[in-house]
Amino acid sequence: MNSFSYSRPDNVNAAVSEISGQKQAKFIAGGTNLLDLMKENVEHPHHLIDINHLPPGFIDELPEGGLRLGALVTNADTAYHELVKKNYPLLSMAILAGASPQLRNMATNGGNLFQRTRCYYFYDTATPCNKREPGSGCGALTGYNRIHAILGTASSGDTPQCIATHPSDMCVALRALDAVVRVSGPNGERTVPIADFHRLPGDEPQRDNTIEPDELVTAIDLPQEHFNTHYTYLKLRDRASYAFALVSVAVALRLDEGGQIAEARIALGGVAHKPWRNPAAEALLTGKTAGETLFRQVAEQLLDGAQGYGNNTFKIELAKRAIVRALELAYAGSTQADDAYNQEDIL
Amino acid sequence: MSNYIGKPLSRVDGVAKVTGKAKYAAEFDAPDLAYGYVVSSTITKGRITHIDTSEALSLPGVLSVITHENRPKIAWLDMSYKDQDAPPGSPFRPLRDNKISYSGQPIALVVAETFELARYAASLIRVDYREAPHETNLDTNLHRARKPKSGLASLLKPPPPKPRGNFDEVYAASSAKVEGRYSHSPEHHNPMEMFASTVVYEKDDKLTIYDKTQGAQNSQLYVTQAFNMSFSDVRVISPFVGGAFGSGLRPQYQLFLAVMAARELKRSVRVTLTRQQMFTFGHRPATIQNIALGADSTGKINAIYHDAVGETSQFEDYTEIVPTWSPMIYPAENVTLDYKIVPLDVFTPLDMRAPGGVTGVPAIETAIDEMAYELGIDPLELRLINYSDRNMAEDKPFSSKELRECFRQGAERFGWAKRNPQPGSMRDGRNLIGWGMSTGMWDANQMPARAEAVLTVNGKLRVTSATADIGTGTYTIMTQIAADTLGMPIEDVMFKLGDSDMPLAPIEGGSWTAATVGSAVKVVCEELGKKLFKLAQKVPGSPLAKAKWEDVEFADKHIRLKQNPVAAVSLQQAVDQNGGAAVWQKSTSLPAMMKQKNYARAAHSAVFVEVMVDEDLGTIRVTRAVSAIAGGKILNPKTARSQIIGGMVWGISKALEEESVMDHSIGRFMNHSLAEYHVPVNADIHDLDVIFVEEHDEIVNPLGVKGLGEIGIVGMPAAIANAVFHATGKRIRELPITLDKIL
Amino acid sequence: MQTTLPKQPVTRPAPRLVPTQPVTLTINGTPHQLQLAPWTSLLDALREYAHLTGTKKGCDHGQCGACTVLVNGKRINSCLTLAVMKEGDDIQTIEGLATGDPANPENLHPMQRAFIEHDAYQCGYCTPGQICSAVGLMNEGHAKSRSDIQELMSGNICRCGAYPHITDAIQEVMQQTPKNA
Repeated sequence: MNSFSYSRPDNVNAAVSEISGQKQAKFIAGGTNLLDLMKENVEHPHHLIDINHLPPGFIDELPEGGLRLGALVTNADTAYHELVKKNYPLLSMAILAGASPQLRNMATNGGNLFQRTRCYYFYDTATPCNKREPGSGCGALTGYNRIHAILGTASSGDTPQCIATHPSDMCVALRALDAVVRVSGPNGERTVPIADFHRLPGDEPQRDNTIEPDELVTAIDLPQEHFNTHYTYLKLRDRASYAFALVSVAVALRLDEGGQIAEARIALGGVAHKPWRNPAAEALLTGKTAGETLFRQVAEQLLDGAQGYGNNTFKIELAKRAIVRALELAYAGSTQADDAYNQEDIL
Repeated sequence: MSNYIGKPLSRVDGVAKVTGKAKYAAEFDAPDLAYGYVVSSTITKGRITHIDTSEALSLPGVLSVITHENRPKIAWLDMSYKDQDAPPGSPFRPLRDNKISYSGQPIALVVAETFELARYAASLIRVDYREAPHETNLDTNLHRARKPKSGLASLLKPPPPKPRGNFDEVYAASSAKVEGRYSHSPEHHNPMEMFASTVVYEKDDKLTIYDKTQGAQNSQLYVTQAFNMSFSDVRVISPFVGGAFGSGLRPQYQLFLAVMAARELKRSVRVTLTRQQMFTFGHRPATIQNIALGADSTGKINAIYHDAVGETSQFEDYTEIVPTWSPMIYPAENVTLDYKIVPLDVFTPLDMRAPGGVTGVPAIETAIDEMAYELGIDPLELRLINYSDRNMAEDKPFSSKELRECFRQGAERFGWAKRNPQPGSMRDGRNLIGWGMSTGMWDANQMPARAEAVLTVNGKLRVTSATADIGTGTYTIMTQIAADTLGMPIEDVMFKLGDSDMPLAPIEGGSWTAATVGSAVKVVCEELGKKLFKLAQKVPGSPLAKAKWEDVEFADKHIRLKQNPVAAVSLQQAVDQNGGAAVWQKSTSLPAMMKQKNYARAAHSAVFVEVMVDEDLGTIRVTRAVSAIAGGKILNPKTARSQIIGGMVWGISKALEEESVMDHSIGRFMNHSLAEYHVPVNADIHDLDVIFVEEHDEIVNPLGVKGLGEIGIVGMPAAIANAVFHATGKRIRELPITLDKIL
Repeated sequence: MQTTLPKQPVTRPAPRLVPTQPVTLTINGTPHQLQLAPWTSLLDALREYAHLTGTKKGCDHGQCGACTVLVNGKRINSCLTLAVMKEGDDIQTIEGLATGDPANPENLHPMQRAFIEHDAYQCGYCTPGQICSAVGLMNEGHAKSRSDIQELMSGNICRCGAYPHITDAIQEVMQQTPKNA
């Protein structure tokens, strides 16, 4: 970790104008990812702007319906918030599937959007990585790539520059819910649909998202559509908790009175450089009822074009099965049934 | 006598541990403390052609950067670097020269006024390398397998016995046969406490070293030899060890570097490794085994072939006992075993909880399960058919072996009789349920050790021995033994360990500490008791004046006649006869070799496991497990249970989660963090049950204990793998069994 | 095949050091005035500057939970926050849980007593983090079942494998604690 200076502005404008003047400055909120990467010498800012003392964010209902999540609200406070639990349980479920209680108490909603990949090579400065050092190569491509991407890595057979995945669970739910990110910058405020927030690696794998370094996320807006009856977040990983997803699936369904699917949203985590959606696959479900064959067809469509790189090839089939299971669970109106046993009430 | 042995006492060091008062190696302070930070090699093999430390040294507060170019002189001979657990070969010497032998090798130590500054300065060291091709993949280097060199370590780890009978012929004629190839990845111990040494520079160039180690005297020996210092100038202290599991059996390189820096700078230095650097020294070696079993139609196994090839470094021949477990458990008449190693460009492997045992036993116990299916015999029944009271590897009877009772009690507690043997026949919704079982086994050894006991003038007992407590409960059980031997309340007894100044004890490993140090504590307290008895006889009007040693016992802080307990002299009265001085005794305990040599000595276990496997997603959960243990006398059922539970958690970890994955193209372990090197979290661990089966053994040692540090893990991996087969019909012979192997 | 290794990162800033500044941390109710540079983590501030070594370093990357402390009553990983960011906050560590002399078991926090009683540790290194985490878990009030405790204690790794006993200890304290406490 290099040496850096530190400041604590108390309003958004001061924070934005401070960062505009300093090329190697960064905002710090929860710090859970940034300090980790600084200790690994992956990130080396000269100056940290502590935004924890900006006006505190809240979770508020929007006048036109929907919910605004303050960027500085912690992941834990968001997941356990009554309105989130009631109206956006998919988001609550996804957040609680990620990290640990301690980390969720620190990490903020805004910070989570900027969480960087867990790629082994990105983290290890002894190895090549195009995301960390553009042009140095991709160690994962021919190396150990169990946790790496199977979708969106390269167009038309080009050798990918980066096969890292986006690690967030929260963002997978946000993608399914069509959240909108509010950003403040030197030129004022703008909104970014979550679909456009994260990007595929392409020729610039060093860029995780479309936000400029001098912009600050102030809030995340959730649209009115709740999906609070037929949803699930299914996360598959190498141990029961406190591990990143090999594959995760966020499903949100709206059923009509006859039990037919009126609208379906499916977002995948752990498979691409951004939370992955495919409208064509979702459209297959419209007007249909549940069925294993249909769900498998949807899964095949979602994984269309998927490519494995050796250690991660199993993810293609795993993702398909996870999609089928998640659709079944969401359609049935049950949540991720993780602990059918051992549920005795202790209090 | 007091009656602490066998009681579930809470740990005597419990309050220290729950209040944060227990101090570990990196937590001792010195007024002149400087911080060292290690720079690690980014290549796997080759030479350093240039190392530029100028930028680091330009920072105010950076005290020194020590590299192979400017390091002080160190001992010349390999001999000087041999610690008590060194395998045959040439031990690794940090900063010896410009040669790189493995990825992550320490190549420089930055010393600065603060930890943060040392860490930053370390990132500024520029290194140029000339790379050489490396070989790190065991699987692609099997053709280079060779017999290990023998040395001192071979005494404890003998090669497999010579072939017996005629395997080829009998196997060919067997009515039932199974063959399989079993393998596992390297694993790293990853104790929660990272390796650290705080070297306090005392006056007259003496060093007091707080080190993370399983043997304070082993670290002391290493430092005195490598730096040509006298024993009286080096004291190593290690009162608490934050887990070790074998990683502290050898001094790690931070000790060498911290001592070197302290001597160079003539001030105190602390070096703590990072979690990433915890993957840059000893590990459980990747191992590949082949097994073939032949049986007759009644299930009698009459032919065993078992070979194993493990990895080692290019500089030392690390070995384990792997195939020999097969004839130790099963009494086949025709046995061929083989064990070889392949030197690779990695650090020397290092004993890790049940080394060799939890490699060889899971392989043979999986093969036995395969044989049970081949024969259509229940796996428990097959084990009973092939039960033996003799260890056929040594051809000796066991001093005790209550494994049959383990099978019985374990099966009953688990409900094994209700098992439908058909794979895939039991389910709960989308989860396939599998039941599997395994035998476990581990040596019951005893080593020589010394202990000292002092009864102070105010009647308190203080017992010391230079052993360690790595979480095993040494403090507690030694206190119990001492209190019982001298009939004292536990509050008046203090046991101390982890100091090289204390009486000699071996490194704490091999599950031998309870037997070894426990025997020494018992002996020294008995001999102290004899001294106290003589003093008690001198008390004016002593009712014991004419008594013989055989006639008295120690109870309620008194020495009294067995036949007439009212005839008693208090320990305080006895001490008061010593002219105002404490009563002191130092004693040695040696294993009764003449008695032991005719017997095989081991702890056994029967393990029963239930798994739930999601039929579509391949996720595996161990929902319950029962371990029935025959481990001799149980000194403290509370800490003993923790030992076994811990071993079972390790077994789940080994079977399902744990592996150090190397990218062989660069020769580097890539999942070098606790986020990506998976060990179980709380949510992975469900219903674990432990049964201690009554086992009486007067041969193993005077206490009748067998040690519990390792027996808990040995049987778990095969029981889990066999349960996975029962659930899914898939036989996975490559550990860990991750979900992708089930899909 | 040998992969080409990259040169040292080119984006690295020129070496420079930001000076220390006085930072006041309120630890277990007591203000500690420390002289720290911004790069000192809360964990290192506790261990190396305030000499409160009860809080443990097990990975320094938020991957083990050994460094768990309570800040304003909430459990966090002290390794992943800067000391300077916690000025003005109420920091509670393992050293602050017992009241009075811990040699008297009456003075221990109920969670500390339960850990001793259930042998919810072996080596003891993860223990302060486990106990602080368990206290934080109870403050949060989201655990309703044994499996909730297991999930919500999964941010604290115990390599010795004391999990069943840790869960037993926490369950017992929760059962003894009045719901509205």
